[in-house]
Amino acid sequence: MTLHTRIRTILGVFAIALAVAFVTPAAAQSVNPQQQSVKEDQLLQKLNQISGRCTLPNQTACTIETPANREWRDFHQVTLRWIAAISILGVLVALVVFYLTRGMVKIEAGRSGRTVTRFNAMERFVHWMTATCFIILALSGLNITFGKALLLPIMSPEAFTAISQWGKYFHNYLSFPFTIGVVLIFLMWIGGNIPNKTDVEWLKRGGGIIGNDHPPAYRFNGGQKLIYWIVVLGGAAVAITGYILMFPYYGTSTGGVQLAQIIHGIVAALFIAAMLGHIYIGSIGMEGAFEAMGSGEVDVNWAKEHHKLWLEEEMGKGNSRAKAQPAE
Amino acid sequence: MARMKFLCDADRCIECNACVTACKNEHEVPWGINRRRVVTINDGQPGERSVSMACMHCTDAPCAAVCPVNCFFTTADGVVLHSKDLCIGCGYCFYACPFGAPQYPRVGNFGSRGKMDKCTFCAGGPDPANTPANYAQYGTNRLAEGKLPLCAEMCSTKSLLAGDGDIIAKIYKERVAKRGYGSGAWGWKTAYRETIAG
Repeated sequence: MTLHTRIRTILGVFAIALAVAFVTPAAAQSVNPQQQSVKEDQLLQKLNQISGRCTLPNQTACTIETPANREWRDFHQVTLRWIAAISILGVLVALVVFYLTRGMVKIEAGRSGRTVTRFNAMERFVHWMTATCFIILALSGLNITFGKALLLPIMSPEAFTAISQWGKYFHNYLSFPFTIGVVLIFLMWIGGNIPNKTDVEWLKRGGGIIGNDHPPAYRFNGGQKLIYWIVVLGGAAVAITGYILMFPYYGTSTGGVQLAQIIHGIVAALFIAAMLGHIYIGSIGMEGAFEAMGSGEVDVNWAKEHHKLWLEEEMGKGNSRAKAQPAE
Repeated sequence: MARMKFLCDADRCIECNACVTACKNEHEVPWGINRRRVVTINDGQPGERSVSMACMHCTDAPCAAVCPVNCFFTTADGVVLHSKDLCIGCGYCFYACPFGAPQYPRVGNFGSRGKMDKCTFCAGGPDPANTPANYAQYGTNRLAEGKLPLCAEMCSTKSLLAGDGDIIAKIYKERVAKRGYGSGAWGWKTAYRETIAG
């Protein structure tokens, strides 16, 4: 082998090596870099949302897409409105029909002129504090759901925003006395509100309002116990979900906040419907009932007809709480 | 009229955050509020992708639907805007938004979260005039000056596209056809109920 052929051989090897070196990246270029890359559809199918790393202090911003968030809209705009409208208007219509057919439930024996203390000043204060808060909370809450459909068309957008803004402040601030009221109601009246056999009998006989019967009852009858538990459990539900909504993203995600709003809205609507019935019986539905929360003193005959067993207890105590009013 | 849209070509995004910076600077967006952000998915792993996301200006926008005071409106260009004078800061638009676009001065909802702020597609607020008062509330109205959103204009790799939906979709399709791949128009299915073949 001559030097010439040796050089040729070496050059040939270099040429092949170079050719291989150039061909290899060219082949790699035809590989689809997309093959490994994340894809929107796959991510959404796996997690229902797309999150990643971002450099913002607000880490909720690192989630860029949650298609399911759009679904809550249907609840807020359609489902909740139907639930609230049917339950609240339904109870209102039922009460009007009931009043027109049954009228006010009178004290059958007439007023005796003697009274007995039913609720003391503390009890009445707690009741009216909770009741006042409830009415303002209910109206400001209904405004969030129905305001733009019912109020906005009859006023300027600026006026409606002002009302809604103030409604929101009231809704937030009055939640505190309302919650305290619910807790006090729970503690104050738990003793008389444990369901027992008397309530079964009371319910079987239609209470004091359906029909003309007067089934015996202790301090709280079956219907009042129902109202008590609606207030305690419903109040707890709206308070807990309400505070979640008031302080969002402390331990909850957007999904959690949406769920809190769903529970808050449904429970509040049913709560309002139930309270309409409570307000009816406590005012125009029954003679002598308002005094229990008004002056705190109820007529003995009223007590005899609606809370016979309680009256017997009170009389038996021998305390002179049942006091005679001046005859003339 | 054009139907304005955003499109982020994730195969081009290099996570430089120029869009975020451009937006903050152009509109003097307050500290803590981000109208646009860049998120990196599967960061550090093979196949990672970065996506720049802001308000997508949805068709039939859910924020507008759930707003209890109807402060949202859609312009003739399909841009979803809102009035800060009417907003009561309830936070509902954020709960309904699939893209996390609405931003608030405060996290807590006690009292008020403050007036909601979000991407305006550089189209200002209800009053299109570029006055100092409007600027303080909404930022610049670049659309009124015949300019497109600054985030897309400043994108160094032209990953972020903003403009007439038909035109940016066409540009994206051409790119996909030429290079042979594309991870799709992120968020389009959710925002506009349509997809561009990737």
